[in-house]
Amino acid sequence: MKKPLQLFWSFFKIGAFTLGGGYAMLSMVEKAVVDQKKWIPTDEFWDMIAVVQSLPGVFAVNTALYVGHRVAGTKGAFAAMLGAIIPSITIILLLATVFREYRDQPVVERIFKGIRPCVVALILAPSLRMIKSAKVTWKTAIIPIATVFLIWWCKISPAYVILAAIAGSLVYALIINKKAKEKEVRS
Amino acid sequence: MIYLQLLWVFVKIGVLGFGGGYAMLSLIQHEVVDHYGWMTMTDFADMVAISQMTPGPISINLATYVGYTTAGLGGSLLASFALCLPSIIMVYLILKLFMSNKNNALMDNTLKGLKPAIAGLIFAAGLSMMNLQNFPDFGRGQYNISVIICVLAFVASYFFKANPILLIVISGIIGFIVY
Repeated sequence: MKKPLQLFWSFFKIGAFTLGGGYAMLSMVEKAVVDQKKWIPTDEFWDMIAVVQSLPGVFAVNTALYVGHRVAGTKGAFAAMLGAIIPSITIILLLATVFREYRDQPVVERIFKGIRPCVVALILAPSLRMIKSAKVTWKTAIIPIATVFLIWWCKISPAYVILAAIAGSLVYALIINKKAKEKEVRS
Repeated sequence: MIYLQLLWVFVKIGVLGFGGGYAMLSLIQHEVVDHYGWMTMTDFADMVAISQMTPGPISINLATYVGYTTAGLGGSLLASFALCLPSIIMVYLILKLFMSNKNNALMDNTLKGLKPAIAGLIFAAGLSMMNLQNFPDFGRGQYNISVIICVLAFVASYFFKANPILLIVISGIIGFIVY
């Protein structure tokens, strides 16, 4: 089988069977690409993932594109990407037609009435975990608080908030890098 | 017109969606619910639940659903493609620009600085969903079952890292029994 086709099939299986978002998918990608096919060495794979994680966009799509590109060029990149998203698109299209048909059924409405508050909790919980892992102090707590205030209270588009945050973080990173360099020069 | 709007909205989300699927929720919510009104907040909550229980990226699922409900099959394919378009361009640009170690340190530190803001972004998406549509029995002098479900799910998820699919299924069963 040709490489792009193999890539498509590997990512199709991963896209069709991994629940729980992008990161749950990683070990499956590693197994397929590194262990079984031996397309990419382990350390190079994780270096690549480190770069991909820092990019905007859909994590699974980015991973597929980079792995595909590394293994088989442009054809590989597109084959892997299509493999990763076709299962999702198909499943949602099928569900969307069914859901529209049945959502006004009292039984379905009752079930979703119970689910909605749970979804709110499932969104709030990881955001607080993220604050913990980002080591936010009392001084830096102003950043998430301001973000919430601007988006939730002032209804400012998150797009502007993200752009402002990127600008701020970049300045912060430049200062840190400069300090690190000065230290190097001194020692 | 609707095609152009879908293209613009999802390209924007693809460009600015830092920090994974949940971080994108806030962007999608703002555009799709608040700005264009393509979905209600309850539709949005339902789709997040469905996305959690089906395989695949949550943002692709939402793009497909929004595209489908606003402009049919063509709309769903266009919205999903638009979401991937910035990533496709990036493979070729960033691979060459940022693979060097020098730039990596700068990018790492930028992302570290970005993280608290992304956490705030996700929190805001959750807060925006706390409305009377998603919590219909709030403040009506009844037992506030929706609030109880939310608090219990939060505790289970935050402190005990409970499986989200399991929590959704249990909440659905509770909803079926009590409502």
